[in-house]
Amino acid sequence: MRQTCNSDGGVGSTENVQARGITLLSIFVDTPTAEPNPETKLLADFKTDTHLRKVYLAGREYLNKEGQTSVSPLIGKIMQQICTDPTLCPEYPSSFGLPEFTRRATELVLGRDCHAIVENRVLGVQTVGCTGAVRLGAELLKHWYNVSGVWCGPVYLSSPCDDSLAGIFEAAGIQDVRRYRYWDTEQRGVGVQKMMEDLEMAPEQSVIVLSASAHCPTGSDLSQKHWRLLTQLMVRCRFFPFFLLPAQGLCHGDFQQDAWPVRLCASLGMELLCAQSFSHSFGLYGERVGHLLCVLKQSSTLLAVQSQAEKQVRALWSRPSVRGARVVATVLSNPAHHVEWQEGVKSMVERGILVRERLREKLRLLGCPGSWDHLIQQGGLYCCTGLNVQQVEFLEKRRHIYLHPNGCLNPQFCLAAPPGSLQRRHTPKLAVWLCLSTHRIIRVSCLRSPLPSL
Amino acid sequence: IMSLFGEVPQATPVAVFKLSNDFKEDANPKKVNLGVGAYRTDEGQPWVLPVVKKVEKIIVADNSLNHEYLAILGLPEFRSSASKIALGEDSPAIQENRVGAVQCLGGTGALKMGAEFLRRWYNGNDNTKTPVYVSAPTWENHNAVFANAGFEDVRPYKYWDAEKRGLDLDGFLGDLESAPKHSIFVLHACAHNPTGTDPTHVEWMQVAEVMKRRKLFVFFDSAYQGFASGCLDKDAWAVRYFVTQGFEMFCAQSFSKNFGLYNERVGNLTIVARDSDNLKRVLSQMEKIVRVTWSNPPSQGARLVAITLNTPELFAEWKDNVKTMADRVLLMRASLQAKLQALETPGTWDHITQQIGMFSFTGLNPKQVEYMIKERSIYLMASGRINMCGLTTKNIDYVAESIHETVVNVQ
Repeated sequence: MRQTCNSDGGVGSTENVQARGITLLSIFVDTPTAEPNPETKLLADFKTDTHLRKVYLAGREYLNKEGQTSVSPLIGKIMQQICTDPTLCPEYPSSFGLPEFTRRATELVLGRDCHAIVENRVLGVQTVGCTGAVRLGAELLKHWYNVSGVWCGPVYLSSPCDDSLAGIFEAAGIQDVRRYRYWDTEQRGVGVQKMMEDLEMAPEQSVIVLSASAHCPTGSDLSQKHWRLLTQLMVRCRFFPFFLLPAQGLCHGDFQQDAWPVRLCASLGMELLCAQSFSHSFGLYGERVGHLLCVLKQSSTLLAVQSQAEKQVRALWSRPSVRGARVVATVLSNPAHHVEWQEGVKSMVERGILVRERLREKLRLLGCPGSWDHLIQQGGLYCCTGLNVQQVEFLEKRRHIYLHPNGCLNPQFCLAAPPGSLQRRHTPKLAVWLCLSTHRIIRVSCLRSPLPSL
Repeated sequence: IMSLFGEVPQATPVAVFKLSNDFKEDANPKKVNLGVGAYRTDEGQPWVLPVVKKVEKIIVADNSLNHEYLAILGLPEFRSSASKIALGEDSPAIQENRVGAVQCLGGTGALKMGAEFLRRWYNGNDNTKTPVYVSAPTWENHNAVFANAGFEDVRPYKYWDAEKRGLDLDGFLGDLESAPKHSIFVLHACAHNPTGTDPTHVEWMQVAEVMKRRKLFVFFDSAYQGFASGCLDKDAWAVRYFVTQGFEMFCAQSFSKNFGLYNERVGNLTIVARDSDNLKRVLSQMEKIVRVTWSNPPSQGARLVAITLNTPELFAEWKDNVKTMADRVLLMRASLQAKLQALETPGTWDHITQQIGMFSFTGLNPKQVEYMIKERSIYLMASGRINMCGLTTKNIDYVAESIHETVVNVQ
């Protein structure tokens, strides 16, 4: 390390500062250690758990038959093509991202012949994953929603919801974040009545964050009948819907059906935001491919909102990263690729349904008290078992099985070799059986085929 | 029913984007774009660095790499190797385990994360009144990033002396002296954008002395390391000097320009703290901030950079590629200055070769700039800033003649 002379002729090195007996307090001395986010903590606890048969069921990814995240051969091929394509140049993309991507992402949600698209009152912005889309949407709302009044919330989130959501709105400067009841433990499904009750009490111009399909973390969604009731309420109370659509296609295996609530609101002429992710449906988690859709009432407002969105993006990350979006755009723009990809998504869904059915069947065979139909009624990545906090803790502490504290899990991880376990290459038959009794603590065991001899 | 966005006003367009758009729509075959902030070859084309092409193939062929989420703070081997690039392989701060980093979305993302942290935890809790100083002039997005992070008081510090076409050192030092204690100063590590004018070593030492005495926060913006002189270490002198002076600091690094990875958004916020304990707490808060902004950063660009920096032959090849770009810029500087002198264009043009990096503050005034755009289809920023990379051996005569004509005809 080059030693340089400072103005008083002495040699300036970091050791010297301490040697001169100057104990300088760090400017960060008052920065507290942050509470770890629940997911990180859960995974960290799992990693430090030395139990041989530990299982992590809270993963955020879709897994293939081998229990790994993967991309389909189609995606792999397209990535190779992109890598060797001499016509692609490393230019800065626009702040809105790749136009072909935003166009296709928009069409995927709304349908190509959606009135809003035809009437040119739709804005699409490529974002850094679904989180980036929610953050951008929150910033737009905070800065520009109802400019004449000073709107600062409230924003309503479902209870439960993804645990980063509240923080995103708060970071955007919206402190007034409230909850509406969603998951009903008794019914083991959406408690629609309670949900509507809570929303009836919400002030006008509240922003309601809604899961279009495959609700995270419960996997339980509203029926179409209930969506119609909800949208009537929203129109009447002048609410602003902010949809989350992180896994379109992966709930019902049908892209239209998974986006149905968004299309319903658009067809009713409502304004809305929709945060999309392509992480799950393309297996491109690391590429952070997200999209924020904004449907406006009038095309006359589009340019202004677009210009403000650009400003917000500029101050967040300037422009998004291109690679993942390019892959998605390539697939969605090519009819043959599109079909192949959709088929791939459908088979992921079928696999997911099979896992759920196996889980339910196993529980039935073990004589587990209670009804477990909700496991197959739920869709998407997650599944809410209905286990309570004590039961989840029991599973973790006594059986080394890790679920989300709210009792939700990713059923695919039940079939996969747990990461870090001795059985990396061996897919065990794993059954989780739960015996519930109103009077006793539950017992949970993992049954597994015998460990291979070491 | 009225739209709830009905009263949203049209934002003023981002100047450099508008310039690019106007350039695109200009039908003049002789048009030249000196506005964009990206490297161009002598053919006027963007350049995929040969080492980047090589590493991309390596990545695509590597079956062990997956597409899973990166950790919230990013790819570890990227973060540490990127920090080493800024601070030096043998930096005592790194050896003392008090250097950390956050992988971010380009230089903008790194500034954003730093700004968000400082607003929450620096100089009190959630103190939005801490003054943030940015150079006059500076990259226009500095203002937006800090303002959007919640800082209410973003002010200029004197930097560019328009008359003498150089650094206003007295003004700079004066603003440092009069700034409220604990104010945040955004310093350009090298190749100042937009003026191309950097302090000399001695001048940096004077700046550091005042900043230390007045307890001002050092926030380096390093977007052009390697691009300024062609040598990574030379371009990092200021950052490294401040470290030897015992400063705690942030350094927002961008690999957009020196890797030509504009569209993969590869950035790194390097954090130098007093000790590893403070560092750990800072990083824990950074995680929280990242989680509610983009959750996890994108993997492709970081992987590419990490592989390059950590593989000796690839590292050497990269440094060579960087030098190629820097050398072309130096060549264009020398050519432009020589041509203007040969044309006997009024005024002095030494500043073109004295300035460093991608940009040059020509000294053309707004009227002259307008003339250049409207009459000659040569697009540059209203400030008179030109991107040297927009010059090629094919257009340099036209540009030199145009500057000459403009200076002679428009005052």
